[in-house]
Amino acid sequence: MTLADKDRIFTNLYGFHDAGLKGAMARGAWDGTKQILERGQDAIIDEMKKSGLRGRGGAGFPTGLKWSFMPKEVKERPHYLVVNADESEPGTCKDRDIMRHDPHTLIEGCLIASFAMRAHACYIYVRGEFIREREALQRAIDEAYAAKLIGKNNLNGWDFDCYVHHGAGAYICGEETALLESLEGKKGQPRLKPPFPANVGLYGCPTTVNNVESIAVAPTILRRSADWFAGIGRPNNTGTKVFCISGHVNKPCNVEEEMGISLRELIDRHCGGVRGGWDNLLAVIPGGASVPLIPKSVCDDVLMDFDSLKAAQTGLGTAAVIVMDKSTDVIKAIQRLAYFYKHESCGQCTPCREGTGWMWRVMTRMVKGDARVSEIDLLQEVSKEIEGHTICALGDAAAWPIQGLIRHFRPEIEKRIADFSKMAAE
Amino acid sequence: MSLRRLAPPDMQPAGFAFSADNAAWAVKEIAKYPQGRQASAVIALLWRGQEQEGWVTHPMIESIAQMLSMPFIRVLEVATFYTMFNLVPVGTYLVQVCTTTPCWLAGSDAVMDACKKHIHPHPHTVSADGKFSWMEVECLGACVNAPMLQMGKDFYEDLTGPITEKLIADFRAGKDPKPGPQNKRHTSEPEGGATTLLEDVAKPKKPSKPKPGAAT
Repeated sequence: MTLADKDRIFTNLYGFHDAGLKGAMARGAWDGTKQILERGQDAIIDEMKKSGLRGRGGAGFPTGLKWSFMPKEVKERPHYLVVNADESEPGTCKDRDIMRHDPHTLIEGCLIASFAMRAHACYIYVRGEFIREREALQRAIDEAYAAKLIGKNNLNGWDFDCYVHHGAGAYICGEETALLESLEGKKGQPRLKPPFPANVGLYGCPTTVNNVESIAVAPTILRRSADWFAGIGRPNNTGTKVFCISGHVNKPCNVEEEMGISLRELIDRHCGGVRGGWDNLLAVIPGGASVPLIPKSVCDDVLMDFDSLKAAQTGLGTAAVIVMDKSTDVIKAIQRLAYFYKHESCGQCTPCREGTGWMWRVMTRMVKGDARVSEIDLLQEVSKEIEGHTICALGDAAAWPIQGLIRHFRPEIEKRIADFSKMAAE
Repeated sequence: MSLRRLAPPDMQPAGFAFSADNAAWAVKEIAKYPQGRQASAVIALLWRGQEQEGWVTHPMIESIAQMLSMPFIRVLEVATFYTMFNLVPVGTYLVQVCTTTPCWLAGSDAVMDACKKHIHPHPHTVSADGKFSWMEVECLGACVNAPMLQMGKDFYEDLTGPITEKLIADFRAGKDPKPGPQNKRHTSEPEGGATTLLEDVAKPKKPSKPKPGAAT
């Protein structure tokens, strides 16, 4: 089971070809966009629902369904599409390649999605560090304006403006309501939901926030049909996905593959295998820093899609696969993530603001073994007090990697503590 | 979260003004947003201010607050919340080393050691020649090209200790090393050649035809 080149959506993922409009059109972008819009809003949303596309930003919410939440009529408040290009989940670097190498897939997707949701303006929120990427994206947008593909009175028949907006280094702005706050010129602190953005979003107007990849695959789905997309992968986990494989593999890379490919095949086929061979594998974080790790025994036959990974008590997240071989100090690896969440907590909710720092401090002692065995249970308990008790999912994201570590590597932590106390006693 | 404060008053310059070019750019930037929503441009303006001055100063915040009709405190909040804003002066060359787990697994400690050796033993400290400073940053989003660092607008990827030392030497000599992967990779493909996208992609994937049943 592997994806053929003809079924790949991002045909310039690596930037070997012209990323400009001419090159993109030669690869099939902007082909028949007007005809797609002529099908009408409802037909487009139905087709997206039929394709089974689930959001590629981490949560996996069905994209077509999300689009259908927008009001069917535009009243006094305009509608907005906001694209989440604040790619900051550790391990993830797929949207970067789409923006710098295949930006027209995204811009065409923005036009189609905006049309389907009756929006005439779209803001693409690019993380602050991606300076070259937002320049590349702006170049592509300028080309699309010049060719009258977007803008007022464009050839596709739907007035549409597309703007690049950027952040300044805050992971939390990848959370959709924090992103909207940031876009309005405030601190990126998540809003309470409800009201949901589809009712009260950007500037108090109906808004949909989608990940770059979710929007960028839409034109190809609509051109090649929902059945084509739904025929790839497994039921409820359809389509293609850009995987980012980093860490201890021989050849780390980004690659677009079929959803539901086995983890082992993904690593062996595209990354030259685990460093030192499959048996040298210790654990994998399969979906970006926020999801719990899985040990080798689970990695052996797990499939890379939403439902399989959920069944393995982890998640597909952004499909950022972080591989750790047996040389890894797994406690230190998770402690570094704990520091990340401490650094990135926005400070709004007490359990997260205080808890992420507390967990990091305990984890730092556990790396050395300078802790008591009973503190492992305490850590687990505190992580459960953070999970689900905050406005946004950052609290959960900070808790899960630590829970995953305790679930699968408790003996390792206990051994570290025992070794340290033995050393201290001597 | 991190506690961030503006630099002490004796460090602050007397005033701030955007250059003529930047002031003209700011007008266009503000026009991206609907009437009355000019506050949306605050991050972009602060960023441009930092590009001009090297760091975010007290007078800069006052000036931008006035330009956007925002209370001073709202702009101060933004400047202290977002960590890409430098609130104290930094070296002309600010080397930002990613040390989050994917980079750490791939050897970011060696990159950091090179910075300690050739810039300054401590982060956030300007080097003896006054040109450099370095800092650890959280995931910069180039994980398949780890370890990596950001210098100015560019990412330098697939680093090792010695390559980082050479990069710093090149910056110091006023050279302009090529950004991107520092090994033989083009971008994010597997080293030694891509395993996908080998067929000729420079042709439409399928002629577009209306779908049966779709409204025409």
